[in-house]
Amino acid sequence: MTPTVIIDGTPVPVNGHRNLLELIRSSGVELPTFCYCSDLSVYGACRMCVVEVEGRGLQTACSTPPEDGMVVRTTTEATQRIRKMALELLLANHQGQCQTCDRNMRCRLQALADRLGVRRVRFEAPADRETQLDEGVALVRDPAKCILCGDCVRMCSEVQGIGVLDFAGRGSNVRVTPAFGRSIDEVECVYCGQCAAICPTGAITVRSAIDEVWKAIHDPARTVVVQIAPAVRAALAQHYGIAGGEHALGKTVTALRRIGFDRVFDTSFAADLTTVEEGAEFLRRRASGGPLPMFTSCCPAWVKYAEQFQPDLLGQLSTCRSPQQMFGALARKHLPADMGILPEDLYVVSVMPCSAKKFEAARPEFAQDGRPDVDAVLTTQELIRMIDQAGLKPAELPAGALDLPFGFKTGAGVLFGASGGVAEAVLRLLSGGRGRVEFREVRGLNGLKEAELEQDGRPVRVGVVSGFGNARALLEEIRAGLKSFDLVEVMACPGGCVGGAGQPWPADTGMRRERAEMLYDCDAVQPLHNAADNPFVSDCLERIGGSDRHAAHSLLHTGYRPRRRIDGQVIELDEKPPAARVPVSVCIGTNCYLRGSYDTLKRLMEAARREGLEEAFDFQATFCFENCKASPNVRVGEEIHGGVTPEEADEFFRSRLLPLADGRSCAAARE
Amino acid sequence: MTQAVAVREPAQDAAGRRFERIQQLVEEYGASRSALIPILQKAQEEYRYLPEEILTFIATALDLPPSTVFGVATFYAQFSLEPVGKYVIKVCDGTACHVRKNQALISSLRSRLGLKEGQKTTPDMRYTLEIVSCIGACALAPAVVINDRVYGQMTADKMKAVLDEIERVEAAAAGDGKEEQ
Ligand code: SF4
Ligand code: SF4
Ligand code: FES
Ligand code: FES
Repeated sequence: MTPTVIIDGTPVPVNGHRNLLELIRSSGVELPTFCYCSDLSVYGACRMCVVEVEGRGLQTACSTPPEDGMVVRTTTEATQRIRKMALELLLANHQGQCQTCDRNMRCRLQALADRLGVRRVRFEAPADRETQLDEGVALVRDPAKCILCGDCVRMCSEVQGIGVLDFAGRGSNVRVTPAFGRSIDEVECVYCGQCAAICPTGAITVRSAIDEVWKAIHDPARTVVVQIAPAVRAALAQHYGIAGGEHALGKTVTALRRIGFDRVFDTSFAADLTTVEEGAEFLRRRASGGPLPMFTSCCPAWVKYAEQFQPDLLGQLSTCRSPQQMFGALARKHLPADMGILPEDLYVVSVMPCSAKKFEAARPEFAQDGRPDVDAVLTTQELIRMIDQAGLKPAELPAGALDLPFGFKTGAGVLFGASGGVAEAVLRLLSGGRGRVEFREVRGLNGLKEAELEQDGRPVRVGVVSGFGNARALLEEIRAGLKSFDLVEVMACPGGCVGGAGQPWPADTGMRRERAEMLYDCDAVQPLHNAADNPFVSDCLERIGGSDRHAAHSLLHTGYRPRRRIDGQVIELDEKPPAARVPVSVCIGTNCYLRGSYDTLKRLMEAARREGLEEAFDFQATFCFENCKASPNVRVGEEIHGGVTPEEADEFFRSRLLPLADGRSCAAARE
Repeated sequence: MTQAVAVREPAQDAAGRRFERIQQLVEEYGASRSALIPILQKAQEEYRYLPEEILTFIATALDLPPSTVFGVATFYAQFSLEPVGKYVIKVCDGTACHVRKNQALISSLRSRLGLKEGQKTTPDMRYTLEIVSCIGACALAPAVVINDRVYGQMTADKMKAVLDEIERVEAAAAGDGKEEQ
């Protein structure tokens, strides 16, 4: 006999379901939830999923394992009362105005209040709620709208393994916040936006650039060009109910022209360029003995993650700019002349599935004389909204063609939108195959995928991870020597860009899979499949430098730097430092701490004491000087000295600190 | 009526030693999640509150996200993230004390300590003023507690005498400290 649960009088086989909630849903009853997500641990706090279990009374279905013979009722007087009351309490706490909220009509709180028929709220809001809006470069937190479901907290710590957000305080003062109530831009957030994608309300949203873009479009002096990222087309196809990503893109191109964009390009072109550059870089590294594995660099959240958490690997990140930024650099360099306009009148927009791309576009490396290469980044959702604002219906429009030269791509460029796509594009290039060589091992939604290719008689071992929890686990295995790769692709979002935070809701597993499949279909309908065959890419490389690798390099490549996780904190080790002392700060950030900087600090202070020079120095412990590769670091005055291990400390004191103290120590000795 | 006050040590030693103590705690308890609460307790004993940068250091040493450490430190009432003065003055605001005009006492204390609206601790970290609910000393109303010692039937004048005495002790201690150097 298979274990069976009686749900509302009907026997339902358990069928391996982990909890009553999933079992009940599988039986066709859509139980409401806020705090349950199949990819995260069970929290059981929102009480929306209550059911009555015979002999046990009211239970939260999400946290109750199904047992053979259980008799469950989902809609009873008590379950309805409790759900409604829980919802009223949430609504009392939720200080938002639906009409002006970014999530209006897409909010789960709003939808459930409607579905359960809440017509009045009998509770008062607590007076001391945190309501300060936190507007960052890529994300906006509006704590007044938070219903404390904890979904974002678990997403960031369980899936991304970072833990930027957590509950703080207690009682009526509980809130979800970055450490110390800091703003999201002052902490270690990598802007993947997965917290925003899972938040049921408008408490975390992606910062909108819609107003800026309209302004540029309405400005007659501006020429506005736009690039559209690979993953966007799949979400557009789903959203508008158009069969096929390329077809949906074509119709969207028409909509964009009607809105007033002067040129419409495809980021997949820049992705082809990235593949060619990255493939060449890989071969160079391999020929010159590494260091390998080389890591991909197209995901800006991964780049920031590596800068903060894996600074020792920064030398292994491909120096290739992401496709968005390659496009930005090329657009600035060539379009003004090609289009006969002044460079300052060119306004460059990108449409991305991603929140982190907003941060990337704002990085100072990608600006010239203060003007960013990419002026504004719209998400897929924002693009859809602009099309709505213009009253256009892409499904009813004829398909338009992308502009040349940056509108022509091979199928490989479109693959970038799915996890494994960058790896597959590079593998195709390395394989030298002309047709559509498929590397199925790197496709699909698994957290880690592996593939191997023979190249010049040597294997190229490729690893593909998405989600930082998976990435971190893989990096640990690589460090421990348990796994070894030549090339590793890392994407922040589970499933890759198709599951980015800029894509329409919901971004659940089913949607991600469907979008990825659409991209593989887009590849299939292209005439070319290997980035090396893209004639416009070869032209472009010829044009920017020809044989001059250096010119191409400065335009298409970038560099990375270690980055501190949390802004400005100092531990004073002298209470009232007289101004005349030499300031000596020892870094106790993670990398330096792990290399013994605490002992370095102790030894330096001891040495000062031994020499009777405590008064000459002002010792401090500080966090990350962004020089982690040289850990442990000591800053004397303005200068940072690396490699000051505890063993080196005494020598360092003698050679570097003692001379600075000399004048002062003589004075002290005379006294 | 005064309390024993530790002789003031040279400043940089005190600060350096406190921080050293935190590192010792990490070594003692081991760098694990379960060590967090005991380490926070001891850290609070050292600093009399939990400064942000010390919490960040503990997070670094235990390999936990700072948000988690902040979450724990704000969850338990025993922890304070605000600086607490050397002398914590608690004025009872229970019903008995309230009807016996503790308000006058509170406002005279505020002006004597120079505390602005919303400020609890004096900038020199000597005093913290807290208004607390009934401390169970209603017979002595209005009651004031300074570092665990209860003072009953307080008036503004009596309060002034107590504070003058504390100041005298502190001044003497500071003088000793200087001579030693
Ligand atoms: S954007 Fe990503 S890293 Fe930042 S808080 Fe959200 S889930 Fe965490
Ligand atoms: S911010 Fe959103 S996801 Fe996070 S706890 Fe609040 S309501 Fe839930
Ligand atoms: S979904 Fe079960 S308690 Fe929230
Ligand atoms: S941890 Fe980054 S420089 Fe010390």
